Amino acid sequence: MFKDIADMLAQCKEQNLSISQLMLRSEAEQTGKTEEALREEMLASLEVMKNAARRGLSGVTSHSGMTGGDAKRLNDYINTGASLTDTTFLKALAYALATNEVNASMGLICATPTAGSCGVLPGVLLSVREKLNKTDEELVDALFCAGAIGFVIANNAVISGAAGGCQAEVGSASAMAAAAAVFLAGGSPEQSAQAMAIALKNLLGLACDPLAGLVEVPCIKRNAGGAANALAAAEMALAGIRSKVPPDEVIQAMYSIGLSLPIGLRETAQGGLAITPTGQEWKQRLWQVQSNE
Amino acid sequence: MKYRSVFDIIGPTMIGPSSSHTAGAVRIGQLARKLFGRAPEVADIYFFGSFARTYRGHATDVAVLAGVLGLKTDDPRIPDAFELAKDNGLKYTFYEEAAVPTHPNTVEIVLQSENARISVTGISIGGGLVQMTRVDGFDLHLSGESPALLIFHQDAYGTIASVTQLLALAKINISHMEVSRAQRGRDALMVIETDQPVPPDILRLIQDQPHIFKTIKLDI
Repeated sequence: MFKDIADMLAQCKEQNLSISQLMLRSEAEQTGKTEEALREEMLASLEVMKNAARRGLSGVTSHSGMTGGDAKRLNDYINTGASLTDTTFLKALAYALATNEVNASMGLICATPTAGSCGVLPGVLLSVREKLNKTDEELVDALFCAGAIGFVIANNAVISGAAGGCQAEVGSASAMAAAAAVFLAGGSPEQSAQAMAIALKNLLGLACDPLAGLVEVPCIKRNAGGAANALAAAEMALAGIRSKVPPDEVIQAMYSIGLSLPIGLRETAQGGLAITPTGQEWKQRLWQVQSNE
Repeated sequence: MKYRSVFDIIGPTMIGPSSSHTAGAVRIGQLARKLFGRAPEVADIYFFGSFARTYRGHATDVAVLAGVLGLKTDDPRIPDAFELAKDNGLKYTFYEEAAVPTHPNTVEIVLQSENARISVTGISIGGGLVQMTRVDGFDLHLSGESPALLIFHQDAYGTIASVTQLLALAKINISHMEVSRAQRGRDALMVIETDQPVPPDILRLIQDQPHIFKTIKLDI
């Protein structure tokens, strides 16, 4: 295994492996399973991601009734052909929204790294695969690359909103997606690491302040935002742009910000958007309805 | 390291909406049920911290109950846990606790059936991973990711050695071990996580050792 990004990159270089190959090999050593079996397991997760994105695009409503149908709205907009940006970007947003809408409807998803942030990685990967004509096998490789990045972040910082705010969830997911997008586009491990650092930096300090404590507002659209940020970071890294602050130091910064975030901004529905007049109203309405059941 | 596998990060596949507040909660409920070792008739569930404030929104109540009923994190029946409990004759009550816990996502579960009772506390540490932190008043750190033995015993010399010797003879490797005690010379709990599951005959031999009151075997 590897303890941080520097260690991961050193091992990639030493053994002439991609981040994805290194993750797969480490996992095989750790678990005693074959690489083939591990790839099968990852393929099953990819299927869950594809199904969730597909289901969400057709339009689902959340368990609470607060959200839903935005993925379909965006998809219809893409089909009009009148958008500002290209379809790779827009599809990433649509798949991200779709996946999180399915999550909010208590549907089956794959947490990447958490359920609240489950739309970012599939959003980016499923869209980039269409652009670059990638196979399921190549997407499985990209998932191991994303997993390696998330593994380092999780072990050196935190990945739950309750512990570190949204920067720890959507921030980590965006960093994973950025690194994986670079990988799919043929970038080097070093470029993936730079993309990770740029993506995470852009979301530092992001609060976890959902309305009524539900993983819906702002989470669903924030996953689309995380996907957009991942693509931006990937493009910068592929252009050869580097983060002034090295990846491991960015992770440390995220951790220390997470620890110093007030409790009201860590998934308690006691700060930020959750306590706006609209937030209060939803809380009252939803908690009222549920306690009458 | 807190996370050991890539599938802790890409995964679990689960019923939404929250990995810590839904999937993690299912997992804690499931471990409580496994530690209890039978179907409970009464479940009292106490939420602390973020769990206490947001359990309705994240369906944490539904999730813990689903776990106590033995459902897995990707079971499509999770949203129907309240009804399922009724069908299974399980009485449940939820409590919002005001005490500030060490970890924001903390739940205490007390399960009862005729003649049996267990009280366990678990925390959901993110991404669906959990840790059991207390069982019947004893502190522990149990992930539930490997097979484990919980041995309630009297704090007396030689007790630990007698257990580990039996495991050694059965060629069972210990991956993690801890001991906590209420008071010197009184009740103690040893928790042994193993690489291999402990076979029933070895468990019986352990139970027959002096100073051992009760054992719980946790399989994965």
